[in-house]
Amino acid sequence: MAGSTRGGPGANALYVLQGNIPPRAPPLRRRRLIDLLAGNLFDGWRASLLTIATLLLIALVAPPLLRFLVFDAVWSAPDGAACRAPGAGACWAFIWRKLPYFTYGSYPLDQRWRVDVTLAMGAVLIVWLLWLNAPRRNLAALLFFGAYPIIAFLLLHGAPFIGLPRVASDLWGGIFVSLLVATVGMVVSLPFGVLLALGRRSSLPALSLACAGFIELVRGVPIITVLFMANTMLPLFVPENLAPDRLLRPLIGVALFASAYMAEVVRGGLQAIPNGQFEGALALGLGRWQMQRLVILPQALRAVIPGVVNNFIALFKDTTLVAVVGIFDFLRTVDSARLDPVWAGPTIAATGYAFAAMFYFVFCFAMSRYSLFVERRFSHGR
Amino acid sequence: MASNMNEPGRAAIEMIGVNKWYGAYHALRDVNLTVMAGERIVVCGPSGSGKSTLIRCVNRLEAHESGDIVVEGVTLTDDLRHIHEVRREVGMVFQHFNLFPHLTILENCTLAPIHVLKMEPRDAEAVAMHYLGKVHISDQADKYPGQLSGGQQQRAAIARALCMNPKIMLFDEPTSALDPEMVKEVLETMVQLAREGMTMVCVTHEMGFARQVADRVIFMDAGAIVEINRPEDFFSAPRHPRARQFLGEIL
Repeated sequence: MAGSTRGGPGANALYVLQGNIPPRAPPLRRRRLIDLLAGNLFDGWRASLLTIATLLLIALVAPPLLRFLVFDAVWSAPDGAACRAPGAGACWAFIWRKLPYFTYGSYPLDQRWRVDVTLAMGAVLIVWLLWLNAPRRNLAALLFFGAYPIIAFLLLHGAPFIGLPRVASDLWGGIFVSLLVATVGMVVSLPFGVLLALGRRSSLPALSLACAGFIELVRGVPIITVLFMANTMLPLFVPENLAPDRLLRPLIGVALFASAYMAEVVRGGLQAIPNGQFEGALALGLGRWQMQRLVILPQALRAVIPGVVNNFIALFKDTTLVAVVGIFDFLRTVDSARLDPVWAGPTIAATGYAFAAMFYFVFCFAMSRYSLFVERRFSHGR
Repeated sequence: MASNMNEPGRAAIEMIGVNKWYGAYHALRDVNLTVMAGERIVVCGPSGSGKSTLIRCVNRLEAHESGDIVVEGVTLTDDLRHIHEVRREVGMVFQHFNLFPHLTILENCTLAPIHVLKMEPRDAEAVAMHYLGKVHISDQADKYPGQLSGGQQQRAAIARALCMNPKIMLFDEPTSALDPEMVKEVLETMVQLAREGMTMVCVTHEMGFARQVADRVIFMDAGAIVEINRPEDFFSAPRHPRARQFLGEIL
């Protein structure tokens, strides 16, 4: 383009564009399967070697696994005889037969509809709450955090004055207890975690020290210790007739434990908020709580969604530990059902644990996907 | 702007013998300054001279340690009620805008009117749209701050402050973080505001702006006010040697 500077009064410029450059479409990016394979799986001898090794490993592991879980599995049987046959795979008949026990534990047969109603109501409210475009979500929040715990307690525990006989918590068990412990842990840990995090960052030394002390104390001991302490020490603090229910004790323990971890996740989010956000809010005349509620926490919590969900997933799996203080959570019911002599057999334990693994995976994976979805939804304008 | 905030002879801000330290560092030294209602003050000086600290003391983003600061008749102490009263009357525009990134421009503007002034959301939105129109970004109301240019963000921040109907506006280097081509649009907004009689205290190095609107220029150095002058005199014949040196360096 040397010619473009020829002649005229602008002749001393080094370069002047003549006309303009119209936009063109980008070059085609080829995304065919064969290119993908060549570009990723067989890109050089090292990648090829790894690919082949991985394929060999899959070829080694997948067939016996599929044979056990699907092809040789016993899908229906009246008792364990068919499952004890040589070469039989997973005994899904056992899971099917024991599913009521896995779901309700020893909850009286004729009262199990109460658990069903509680679970169904909880499911509806949670879907309503988590579905970001749903109408009246604040009503859902009010119902879920306000009314639902009371209704669930009356339904599950019983209320003789409205004709629901009492069901002692020793009879509770199975999936519904696991979900109960996890839900209480999550629902309590988030607000308490936020309060502890704000407290720890407070400029009041006594408050800050108390919150930091609680967090460090609870984080510094294993959850099993917390559960044992909740089980044996909580009754010592209160008069004997007020001693908390044996299921309530681990619930409190789990909630305390989860809150301490949540506090540190939330504090991480709070630390990431630039000082200007605090100053912008204060200069507008917002009070300290208004500032936290309207400006700081919405940003901080969005920033820590992955950490919060990570905690929830860990908490969900940690609920299996309440078994050590005698609560029949889902895993414990699987563990005790496999000892049933009617079903006893070489594949029963493996089947039970495979089922438990699938159950936990489905819930944890769902939480993980939902958090990714929420993160994407909130990533506007950045 | 309503004209009643422009009564002549009423002091909007009074600072008497104000001192402030950051640790052992003496950041504000015996500052005495009275800003009259409707007056436009430009504060300039080398970086670290205490300009920002000075105006941040006016709405108590920084607490002074001795002396008195009276804003719109309210004496600033540790009393939170007084601090809130003052912040309600004083708008502030920051170097880095400090818009709330999780809220739309409109929500940024209505947040404080709704939650501090307890306005009805609909009224707050009408007020917000009025001021967004004034700074020429009504069409951006539903966008998030991150989707706007720097100049648009700063104008949104000005609109956000105006939505509280403040009697005094503080500007803390409002154009320092902007690309050169966006400085003008923000300055034009500020000039317009000055013409309408707003009491303004601006920390800025925009000398054109100072000449155009300032009633007085305050030059600070090492935490002290070293010269107060009319802008035409300050820029053509600064009296204090450090002011002369400073102007020699930036012009």
